[in-house]
Amino acid sequence: MDYYKKRTLNFANSYVIEGYTVAGPKENDGRYKGFFDFALESDMFAQNTFERAERKMFEHAIEGAISKANLDESEIDALIAGDLLNQIVSASFAAKKTHSGFLGIYNACATFVESLIIGSAMLSNGLENVVCAAGSHFSTAERQYRYPLELGVLRSPVTQWTATGVGATVLSNKSEYKVPRITRGTLGRVLDYGVMDVNNMGAAMAPSACDTLVTFFKDTETSPGDYDVIFTGDLGKLGSDILLDLTAQEGYDISAQHHDCGASLYWDEQQTYQGGSGAACSALIFNSVLLGRLRRCEYKRILLAGTGALMSPTTSFQGDSIPAITHLVEVVA
Amino acid sequence: MEANREITRENYKAYVFEKMPKSSHWKNMFWAFCIGGVICAIGQAFIYLYSLWFNMQDASVLASATLVFLAAMMTGFGIYDRIGRFAGAGSTIPITGFSNAVVSPALEFRAEGFIYGVGAKMFLVAGPVIVNGVTISVIIALLTLIFGG
Repeated sequence: MDYYKKRTLNFANSYVIEGYTVAGPKENDGRYKGFFDFALESDMFAQNTFERAERKMFEHAIEGAISKANLDESEIDALIAGDLLNQIVSASFAAKKTHSGFLGIYNACATFVESLIIGSAMLSNGLENVVCAAGSHFSTAERQYRYPLELGVLRSPVTQWTATGVGATVLSNKSEYKVPRITRGTLGRVLDYGVMDVNNMGAAMAPSACDTLVTFFKDTETSPGDYDVIFTGDLGKLGSDILLDLTAQEGYDISAQHHDCGASLYWDEQQTYQGGSGAACSALIFNSVLLGRLRRCEYKRILLAGTGALMSPTTSFQGDSIPAITHLVEVVA
Repeated sequence: MEANREITRENYKAYVFEKMPKSSHWKNMFWAFCIGGVICAIGQAFIYLYSLWFNMQDASVLASATLVFLAAMMTGFGIYDRIGRFAGAGSTIPITGFSNAVVSPALEFRAEGFIYGVGAKMFLVAGPVIVNGVTISVIIALLTLIFGG
């Protein structure tokens, strides 16, 4: 991996006040059962379309995070959110319910970490409270990227399962209590290693994850041993294996610290093959499991790297390979 | 990939191919054979049943229609995609697979209304089959006409 220029930002005053998660039924049956604030009984969420259900999940997560943080909606300066649907409609439509400024963002499944970086940077510039949110829905993503739900097809063993869920985080520029802080963030760059198989997104994203992690270690002169855990977004099992090979080749052994949000989201019996994918993976795990462990000081310093595959069905059908991006934040208890 | 060989942008695809889990062809073929066979056997049973009342040609048309109807119903109840998940071509190639390919997008896009949803998207999956089927049968018919088969 070539190293050109420093891509890591320092944040002095980005406090993670609160996180809120809305998880789908299958996700709440997975390994992290009971960690989520709100679990859906049906992925329709009492709406008549899956798109409306995803939108309602966003509304619910954003409201939930704000009220859990004991804030009023009027105290929020900005909402930074994105999802996987065309024109990021779920986040934008959910933002109709809020009165704060809204930035709609898209970096596929790296959207959540991207929102944390933007939010932290805005706090450095004088804003007081921002909400960062990202999510995805299996049924809406499947329709947009793949086949109709009821079509009987054989799935490739390298496929992942788009997770249903939304995670929202409230960041503030000050805190009365000791809360976890986002201290650094590394901007990802777009890397394309020529992977063509849209089922194999883990392989498409692994080089990008390696690039951002190595850049972070070089920029900050740290090493994997300085962190309790290093979570990647949704590389899946195969993508994680490839990442370990790639980072080892760059001289960083992260095998002791590395976990993948997507790969660990489901049990093997849930037949998701390589594990979960989607913007929901990192948003769900960070706002429930990781935030909880940071608060209890079970983790002192962690890295969260959101990985995104930036293709669309159109580019894939036209024979283009899959570019990928990885953003990273360092969170300190 | 040998442990000492470097992974580069150039050899990355080959490295991934070696690393990735492969589909089990024998297992897939076994299930395709079994499920495909069962579907055809059910079709044959219907032909025998209908031939009690109709002549052979009508009986086979009715049997096909029955299979299409059953597959459409199973698609609606969300059963057919579960069979297809392990049967693969065994449930795609018979006429029931065609029924599934038409009904599943119709269900999926029902929310966009009957014209822009169901009407426009119904043949999303089955469309290429129809287009290629018609094109190839025209070519074959022309060849037959020219060479007097």
